[in-house]
Amino acid sequence: MKTRPAFSGAKRRQPQGIDDKIIGSLAYILSILVLVLTLYPLLYVVSASFSDPASVTRGDLVLLPILPTLDGYATILEYKPIWIGYRNTIFYTFAGTLINLACTLPCAYALSRKDMKGRSALMFLFTFTMFFNGGMIPTYLMMKRLAILNTVWAMLIPGAVSVYNLIIARTYFASSIPHEISEAAMIDGCSNTRLFATIILPLSMPMVAVIMLYYAVTHWNSYFNALIYLANDQLYPLQLYLRNILLEDMMLDLISGDSEAMEAMIRRLQLKESMQYGIVVISSLPVLVLYPFIQKYFAKGVMIGAIKG
Amino acid sequence: MNCGSEIWNGRKEGRQNFWRRLYKDRFFVAMILPVVVYYLLFSYYPMYGVLIAFKNYMPSKGIMGSEWVGLEYFRQFFGGIYFWRLLRNTLLISVYSLLWGFPIPIIFALMLNEFRDGAFKRVVQTFSYLPHFISIVVTCGMIINFLSPTGGIINLLVRAFGGKSINFLGKPQYFRTIYVASNIWQEFGWNSIIFIAALSGVDPQLYEAARIDGAGRFKQMLYVTIPSIMNTMIILLILNIGNIMSVGFEKIILLYNSATYETADVISTYVYRMGLQSLQYSYSSAVGLFNSVINVVLLVTSNAVAKRITGMGIW
Repeated sequence: MKTRPAFSGAKRRQPQGIDDKIIGSLAYILSILVLVLTLYPLLYVVSASFSDPASVTRGDLVLLPILPTLDGYATILEYKPIWIGYRNTIFYTFAGTLINLACTLPCAYALSRKDMKGRSALMFLFTFTMFFNGGMIPTYLMMKRLAILNTVWAMLIPGAVSVYNLIIARTYFASSIPHEISEAAMIDGCSNTRLFATIILPLSMPMVAVIMLYYAVTHWNSYFNALIYLANDQLYPLQLYLRNILLEDMMLDLISGDSEAMEAMIRRLQLKESMQYGIVVISSLPVLVLYPFIQKYFAKGVMIGAIKG
Repeated sequence: MNCGSEIWNGRKEGRQNFWRRLYKDRFFVAMILPVVVYYLLFSYYPMYGVLIAFKNYMPSKGIMGSEWVGLEYFRQFFGGIYFWRLLRNTLLISVYSLLWGFPIPIIFALMLNEFRDGAFKRVVQTFSYLPHFISIVVTCGMIINFLSPTGGIINLLVRAFGGKSINFLGKPQYFRTIYVASNIWQEFGWNSIIFIAALSGVDPQLYEAARIDGAGRFKQMLYVTIPSIMNTMIILLILNIGNIMSVGFEKIILLYNSATYETADVISTYVYRMGLQSLQYSYSSAVGLFNSVINVVLLVTSNAVAKRITGMGIW
């Protein structure tokens, strides 16, 4: 018993036990493994888009491009529908995000003001829609009645407000802007409108950036509304064209199998395969290029949203 | 100020008061009006529209004009040949997603917590949620490419080990694995953010105290780190259990085909096919309503359980 204190004293000075070392190195190995598993598919696609399609199909591609070529991209450049889709998606993303912000921010601000009557009732009305809704078909029939099916509005108006972003914005207005600022402005005779536009909004730019990015990415990536609400392919967003190229044809390819042995056919399929990788790259490019700069805002949004609990 | 006197006002005056108050608050009204109109139109009107689940809906007659059929469509669904298959698929895909998808972000967050703040940790975390921002269409395109029986990388591996090419997406037994695994790839990093945030808020003195008491890193994790994210874990678990019947269709309709309906067809994809492809509006609304109601019941129940266990819920 007399040696015990000395022993634990030694341990105190030297906290690195054997299990500590195991955990430390395990964490390193695992996180490198995770990194590889996460990034490999993406790098593979990028490399494949620059490679000779036949080599990719043979399985020669490991990581770096093989027999580098820009044939895939050249094919894409000539393929009109992709660019129609690109143009449409850019429009939907800009206009849609603008509508999102114009609806969400004022409403969130009003809901954050303690002197607004009925705000908890309204909040309930909004939050309830997160848990229960009429479903796909009644919503579709409603859109049909409003006669916005197959127009650009079908891409812009559904999803104009997301309750989640509304809560983020409201929480931010309520907790991050000191009440004294509004009070001082009001005493100086500032109108509500001016207060919101010239004081509150400029002070809220970090939050505005977060929800703007959330909305913009949603618009850029969404395909389902277009699939069910649009019939005119001149209005299709990029994602829907992608779906038609990446998925429909591949499915056909899967079903018909490899009984078609004609050289030309295979050549075309391979070119198509190479084009597919390129399309993935081109369509994800804006998000991926901006990603390093904006990723911290995305993570911030999760945390603002989580504070509300 | 005049709140007390309002109670004694007559009905007419009360109504005048309402409009006057509305005018006085016109700033707030103008700010919330677009959103209120939006939810009335896009959420509450469809809730009224779901009445067609109890009617034989004819587009020419409208919702009110169509004749009532009561629970006919529900009976048709419950008695139909697909009911058990849809229920089983929906539940199994959810349960597997939860079983695998729930612990992984937590383990990942615990693992990152073992590193000092620095470049390595930041890089791993940043890349971990990169896939979250890739669209579903692109993800599914990649899945199909990688699994392709002709040139897909997975099948190249299979052949390299002496196996024969497998048409993964054409065989029902692989569907759930593909769905769940690709979801984890895409979402684990994003889902771990909330745990990483909770972990960064743990008081360093707690670790200090644990170290002084002779706890190694493993014991510190067990007795300090995990208890500190317990509440977050329980709340998220309960939310997930509440969502167990709401499997999204967006990804499934891109990956499934008639060969894999056996394991891949869930309630929401069935509603999509019946409603928008076969145009059976009333029947598919009934199926959708059944699903929504179960969702609400599950969520309310799980929230009540959460409140009882942890003292906090989501409302």
